Amino acid sequence: MKKVLVILLLATLGYYVAGTYFDIGFGQPHFIKGLLPVKDIYLAQTVKSLKVSNAVTSIVVNFRGFDTLGEVTVLFLAVTALGSILYKKMNVLGERSVLFSSSSIVTSGSKLLFPAIILLGFYVFIHGHLSPGGGFQGGVIIASGFLLMLLAYENYSVSHTALSVVESLAGITFAGVGLLGFMHGGTFLQNFLPTGVLNHLFSGGIIPIIYIAVGFKVGAELTGVIYTVLHEKGESNG
Amino acid sequence: MIYFILISVLLLLMIAASVYSIIQKDLLYAVLATGIISLILSILYYLLQAPDVALTEAAIGVALTTIIFVITIRNTVRMEDESDKKEKFKSAVK
Repeated sequence: MKKVLVILLLATLGYYVAGTYFDIGFGQPHFIKGLLPVKDIYLAQTVKSLKVSNAVTSIVVNFRGFDTLGEVTVLFLAVTALGSILYKKMNVLGERSVLFSSSSIVTSGSKLLFPAIILLGFYVFIHGHLSPGGGFQGGVIIASGFLLMLLAYENYSVSHTALSVVESLAGITFAGVGLLGFMHGGTFLQNFLPTGVLNHLFSGGIIPIIYIAVGFKVGAELTGVIYTVLHEKGESNG
Repeated sequence: MIYFILISVLLLLMIAASVYSIIQKDLLYAVLATGIISLILSILYYLLQAPDVALTEAAIGVALTTIIFVITIRNTVRMEDESDKKEKFKSAVK
């Protein structure tokens, strides 16, 4: 009786999965029969109604915004797992396991370069809807700026509390802006702000807000990863 | 034509760097070779008109991943040692 039930269940599941599979028109311009090609809709909507000049950004943040929230969550979980594994060994905060001795040329050069790298990172994610780049890229550039300072200076420290506050606030902003869409339009991450003029800095509705939040979040998370790994007191080398 | 030659040369360099990173016993050099793979890959993304992906690859693949591996090597062992591996396997079996 049990086996018959299992076979029936599997058959039903297989029927519907196969049905969906045969509905997909592989190799045709119309991916699903009876609908317009999705790339044409995206490209037309990007310029016409969203007023965003970077099509990649409009797909990542608007049309596929929920996927981006998932990506941010995956990164957050990975960072949390790393922290929970390495935290036990970090008995004295501020004492680092790896020392890269650096000359005065390296220290003063990195002091000079650090503000420029941070500025580039902010530029990349603030102009995410106008030029190539976006939240992830800008955040990683900011984290690499902090990496330079951490490698050059032996006693350079980043406040863990500040990092976690920035990270949490950015995450709350992303989810909150998404939930505000329920009030105004009816779906998660629906655009409710005026879209403005194409190619202006204040345009694109909620896209710049979300990308700035993603940039802060990614930057804080990756800086935390580097800081944790650098300050991990290994047991193998004593 | 020149475009095709450029992309072929970059791809061959990528393959060479990958083979080098596999056969190299010094783990530091192997990690630097993987960084070179990422660098060439980001140039390729740029040539194939995907500047967004090129930025991500350059920042994550070249800078962050490489430096995290370098820190790990500083904390553990630098040379890949076959006898060491065998002993570890024996102790794990016991």
